Amino acid sequence: MQDASGRSGPNRRELIVSGAGRASLFVTRPACATDETMRAAIRDFVGEAQVRSGRIKLDLPPLVENGNAVPLAITVESPMTAEYHVKAIAVFNQKNPQPNVAIFHLGPRSGRAAVSTRIRLADSQTVTAIAQMSDGSFWSDSVDVVVTLAACVEGL
Amino acid sequence: MARALINVPAKAKRGDIVEVKALIAHPMETGYRHDIKGESIPRDIIKSFVCSYNGEDVFRAELFPAVAANPFIAFNVIASENGVLTFSWTDDHDQIEVRTAPITVE
Amino acid sequence: MNLLRHRIGLAVACAISAFGMLAARSAEISASERRSGFEDMSRETQAMQSDDSANPGMLWVLEGEALWNAKPGADSHACADCHGDARVRMKGVAARYPVFDEANARPIDLEQRIQQCRRDRQQARPLAWESAELLALTAYVAHQSRGMPVEAPPDRRMQPARERGRELFTRREGQLNLSCGACHDDNWGKRLAGNVVPQGHPNGYPLYRLEWQSLGSLQRRLRNCMVGVRAEPYAYGSPELVALEAYLMLRAGGLKLESPAVRP
Repeated sequence: MQDASGRSGPNRRELIVSGAGRASLFVTRPACATDETMRAAIRDFVGEAQVRSGRIKLDLPPLVENGNAVPLAITVESPMTAEYHVKAIAVFNQKNPQPNVAIFHLGPRSGRAAVSTRIRLADSQTVTAIAQMSDGSFWSDSVDVVVTLAACVEGL
Repeated sequence: MARALINVPAKAKRGDIVEVKALIAHPMETGYRHDIKGESIPRDIIKSFVCSYNGEDVFRAELFPAVAANPFIAFNVIASENGVLTFSWTDDHDQIEVRTAPITVE
Repeated sequence: MNLLRHRIGLAVACAISAFGMLAARSAEISASERRSGFEDMSRETQAMQSDDSANPGMLWVLEGEALWNAKPGADSHACADCHGDARVRMKGVAARYPVFDEANARPIDLEQRIQQCRRDRQQARPLAWESAELLALTAYVAHQSRGMPVEAPPDRRMQPARERGRELFTRREGQLNLSCGACHDDNWGKRLAGNVVPQGHPNGYPLYRLEWQSLGSLQRRLRNCMVGVRAEPYAYGSPELVALEAYLMLRAGGLKLESPAVRP
């Protein structure tokens, strides 16, 4: 990690460890989420219901500048009335160590079903967003994102 | 006390849908990183965020380690009445940061 | 491990292309061609910087404002007690630093000036380089010059440092034997992996770097680059880093300050 005391430079061991750059921070990471774990996480959210495409739009840049902070925006077509509104929006990923990203809970007081945040993506992968409507229906959208790593090795 | 920035329009017309933005300083330590000695850095994230409007929850978010550091969330709410929006962030140790912002609705 | 090989391969390719360059632009970037790293970022990252409610750097500015107004010790006084309202009194400071410090007869950068004030005039403990407090104070002061053009003062006493900085910038170093200029003078605008090579101006510091997931100083960035070419980086607060900053500010003349910027 970072030394704030102003040491003049990394010693040899640290340079070797940091030579893998961000990889050293993930060296013994657990098995990544796979399609199977992502599917299991989605099943936890939707149960046995059928998930349809449409109504929800997931906005992610196709090529990401840095996987540490990827801007994500979701909008869902919905009148957001008491009778018919978006109850929740769940975001899933394919290759991070965990399949869940976030779950947003909305309601008729939201006015508009639109949320945005910034997420972490460990590698190029598919991100999926699923909206749960008040009538029990589920709608999804997916985006394939390419994540490149910083060109220069850091470690400081 | 973690620094936080909230953006709520100070004034709105009744029934307008307003965008609310909330940003808080937090490393969102994933639990998957190791330090330079090879030791695991324990997970420490903000796991939930709630916005309530005059005491009633209008927006909630469950966050996982995949949310970026210094978490930023933007969402919408109907400006229904004068009052106060309350924002609370809860971390893995159940510590809660709270901020409020007034809203005047004409 | 694949990652390490990939990175070494990338670095070797970079070095080979640096050697193989024939029609290299060896001159400094002219004023008309000067562009901020902001222009090289994606639309989304630009939006992140431009929205004060979304720019994480503003969290440090907020912290810095609190520190500016607080007494560092019971017997001491706050920055505000001498300097007053930073929004007025600190305007323009970051746009012209580093400057020549008469007391020590050498150039001084903003972080060093803050450290000096704390030690000599506030009787406060020194802050560690890259510590949250020092970054916050620097961010708060630098932020007061946001929007102003970078303007290195015409002070002849700064000439030796600027010359030294230029020499350090154009000298090949490290195992990869690359100079700063090899990328940032000769190949700006071209791509290295997924990112555009910027001209390498200091007009946004301290800035929130997505790679760091934190705000950081120019010195941190320069040290990172040196490690990137496998050179031993200069220590925080070293005269070499101050000289480099002095030269970089001259080289960035006219660009608007963006502190706290956001960069990938």
